[in-house]
Amino acid sequence: MPAPRWVDALMLVALAAVGYGVMRAAAEWRAPLTPGMRIDLSPTNLPYYAGLSTLRMAIAYIISLVFSLVYARVAASSRIAERVMLPLLDILQSIPILSFMPGVVLGLAAMFPGRTVGLELAAVILIFTSQAWNLAFSFHQSLITIPRELGEAASVYRLGLWRRFTKLELPYGAIALIANSMMSWAGGWFFLMASEQFTLGDKNLRLPGLGSYLAAAADAGDTRALGLGLGTLVAVIVLLDQLLWRPLVAWSDRFKFEQTGSADAPQSVTLDMLQRSAAVHWVQVRLLRPVFSFIDRRMSPMGGTAAGAPPTQPRERARGALVVFALAGVALAAVLAWGAWSALSTVASLTAGDWGYVLRCAGATFLRTSVALLLAAAWTVPVGVAIGMNARLARKLQPVVQIAASVPATAVFPVLLFALLALPGGLNMAAVALMLLGTQWYVLFNVIAGAMAIPSDLREAAMVYHVSGWRRWKTLILPAIFPYLVTGMITATGGAWNASIVSEYVTFAGRKVSTLGLGALIAQAADSGRFPLLLAGTLVMSAIVIAGNRLVWRRLYVLAESRFRLE
Amino acid sequence: MATLAPASPIVPGSVLLAAHNVRKVYGHDRTPVLENVTVELRDGEFIALLGPSGSGKSTLLRILAGLMDASAGDVLVHGEPRRGLNPDIAIVFQSFALFPWLTVLQNVELGLLATGASDDERRRRALKAIDLIGLDGYEEAFPKELSGGMKQRVGFARALVVEPEVLFMDEPFSALDVLTGENLRGELQDLWSEHTIPTRAVLMVTHNIDEAVSLADRILVFGANPGHVRVELSGLPLAERRKKGPARAQLVDTIYHIMTNPTEDAIAFAEQRVARVPSRATGAAAPVERAPRRYQTLPDVGIDDLTGFVQYLSGTGGRGNLHELSRDLQMRADDLLALVEATDLLGLADMQERQVFLTPIGQRFAEVELDEEKAIFRTVAIEHISLLRHIVRELEDAPTHTIEAEGVLDDLEHSFSGAEARRQFETVVDWGRYAELFTYDDAAGELRLDEEHRMDLRTKAQDA
Repeated sequence: MPAPRWVDALMLVALAAVGYGVMRAAAEWRAPLTPGMRIDLSPTNLPYYAGLSTLRMAIAYIISLVFSLVYARVAASSRIAERVMLPLLDILQSIPILSFMPGVVLGLAAMFPGRTVGLELAAVILIFTSQAWNLAFSFHQSLITIPRELGEAASVYRLGLWRRFTKLELPYGAIALIANSMMSWAGGWFFLMASEQFTLGDKNLRLPGLGSYLAAAADAGDTRALGLGLGTLVAVIVLLDQLLWRPLVAWSDRFKFEQTGSADAPQSVTLDMLQRSAAVHWVQVRLLRPVFSFIDRRMSPMGGTAAGAPPTQPRERARGALVVFALAGVALAAVLAWGAWSALSTVASLTAGDWGYVLRCAGATFLRTSVALLLAAAWTVPVGVAIGMNARLARKLQPVVQIAASVPATAVFPVLLFALLALPGGLNMAAVALMLLGTQWYVLFNVIAGAMAIPSDLREAAMVYHVSGWRRWKTLILPAIFPYLVTGMITATGGAWNASIVSEYVTFAGRKVSTLGLGALIAQAADSGRFPLLLAGTLVMSAIVIAGNRLVWRRLYVLAESRFRLE
Repeated sequence: MATLAPASPIVPGSVLLAAHNVRKVYGHDRTPVLENVTVELRDGEFIALLGPSGSGKSTLLRILAGLMDASAGDVLVHGEPRRGLNPDIAIVFQSFALFPWLTVLQNVELGLLATGASDDERRRRALKAIDLIGLDGYEEAFPKELSGGMKQRVGFARALVVEPEVLFMDEPFSALDVLTGENLRGELQDLWSEHTIPTRAVLMVTHNIDEAVSLADRILVFGANPGHVRVELSGLPLAERRKKGPARAQLVDTIYHIMTNPTEDAIAFAEQRVARVPSRATGAAAPVERAPRRYQTLPDVGIDDLTGFVQYLSGTGGRGNLHELSRDLQMRADDLLALVEATDLLGLADMQERQVFLTPIGQRFAEVELDEEKAIFRTVAIEHISLLRHIVRELEDAPTHTIEAEGVLDDLEHSFSGAEARRQFETVVDWGRYAELFTYDDAAGELRLDEEHRMDLRTKAQDA
């Protein structure tokens, strides 16, 4: 059945709109840089701002995706590379990104003096750092779990690097990549506001976009604009979910690695329509297929002479690649060593009193993150279990929860400040609230998934033997959701620490408000250009996050995997 | 029926592919998986590598295919030493190894991608292979829509479409149910014996004696720890392979006997019974010199199967014929052999020719109640299993009557490869727990002496 004509028409309109948007944005990028650029709060500008923000996100996402594919592929190609690249990724993921923004912005602004491009690049880099790591981890995980015989089949039939990548590795990792892409976008939205306004010393730089619109609305105390901005953001997120992610999820079901078909495949109305559209079909057959086929032939040097190719060639090529890698590794190590040395000498200028202050700040933020995590667990465990163990409730509530979760906590933060800042200890509470808002969803989703995974015969067994009340929680529910809870908490911890930077030191309605904390210290040091303190704060925060992961969470995770995994 | 390109005339005796004195050690394992293995694959020949799990058959296949390198020794392709992937081969995998996101046609075409054939040519050849292997009408289906047998047909089509000189098959029928496997096996045999396919030689890895006997010109029986060729046997003449005649029964018997007696001199035995491939300079493997082992190799048998097997034998009059047992219990030959070996090792049963007999103590074991059954098991296990004895002694001597699993594993790795050491450990823990000799805490990685035994020791110490 062909799709109605209007789907084709709609696609053309959408294409034209995107093209126009990109051109407008390009004009914006070439514009001269003006400090304190004014954001127009009239609602008619909202679609334009939203478009600019989305475009920034999309560019950052594409870079993240390419980076992740390459990084994971290289890491999986040799044991040595793996041993260096995975821990590096782990560290990158644990570093508070925002600490480095002043330096990055400064450098890029210097590279493009008087132009907006530098600032745009800085925004894209910031978003990139919030999107890339989990993608790389996910693809690496897929690569190393490819069934051995499938990999051997690829070798025996000499698919070559490129075809192996496109026919085996990418399809095998597709489902996990798409799921993680959705998470990456959520992570990107979290930094929406931070990525569109930068403070450099006394200069306040802004990029036009939804994030700076929200910030400007909060600054001006304009609740109507704030509400409209938030509404637009939610609309964009929901639209993307319906028009992009859902179709992708439904489409990627073909890459599920299973030996037998399953009944409940994900569905998407949009995908159904696209697949029936004549325009899409034309593009697919006339444009995409020949292009892919051409690339495929160009990228596979073996074409034509597979059997006759001298057997030593791949080995020599591998050796050449190894030399290049080794050189790159040495160069990287040199840069790292130089960086570490400079960092040490910078930090060495700090007094004992400074260090004491840093540690006190760390303690305060540690308390805050702990409270936020405990609160998150306290409400998400009962609610998540209630939702997960009741199929009807789950069906009804899941979309609501998903939309609630998709609203980036930072965007709601100004509203929170409105409500809480007047109270005693207001910022303290607001900071905890932001951490909670930003991280509780990871925990909730995982708890729901865990509760849904409890086999019904275990639940029936509990019922038959009259295990109820607290005993039911202790013997059935808590052990069953434990691995999921730990997974959620690991993600949440990192998020909470990162959130401290935007939540402990804020500029609100023209005023600077701060509270004792590591995030405040970092933000303040960045603001006032005290680099030794900034560096010290960043290092301490990274160390705490990494140590927490290694000493607490990973052990719990191993315990969860070995003791409580339901098989 | 379609045919692929005709094969050029076969030159009997010319060696297509050979492994000479191959040794393989994985990573840091101290014990090799393969030791001093020499195999030759000659033009026109179908050979089967037969052996228990852990005897390195699949590893040898991968070394010959060039998917992995040998740690020592040579792989010769047409007499030339070679490293890296062997270009003129194809493999049929146990798990089929089909790409689930590609259709049947695309999966079969996959083998031709690297040949640089044009799209049309590729399609034509793929369709021909699909036709040949009986997959007509399934071209556009995805693997998950197919039954196991159909999936393996795709595996065969993908392998045959590249017209390999040598076809490798790694347990190609073991993931299929019996009837499907037998059917596919028959079809493969027809294709092979009628030279419908241009393949010049086939090497099949299997643990199924029946499969090896009905397909192979030559059968190499492997032994484990480290993997080595115990004996080479000539297969049956083509006419006698499929029908159930005395020659076939005799060969199956002989192989059964060899496989159930892992320590016996297989060559001497085979010489009395059936035609053995005469030893030549590069032919049958020289016996491997091995250091004496500290512990016996425990067969990979769980306690439930072990007790169940003894009960079953008791029910059939305390004896059973291997062939019939394999049929009645619907067990794979190697699983059954492992069971027989375990009961033999424990002194619960005896094995003569192809008959298993319960010993008096085995008979008693089958008759008594659970508590006494465990007591009997405890006695025979301590008496016969050196590893168990060793562990109990260590536990008795340890001040807290607790020892680390890590230590036991390290000890085992002196005698077994890493994976095999792990298996040995798991088996001994299973048996020791059942015998109530010790408990094992997996999370802490500790073995602890059984409570009662500990108290006994304490009373003894006090008495002294």
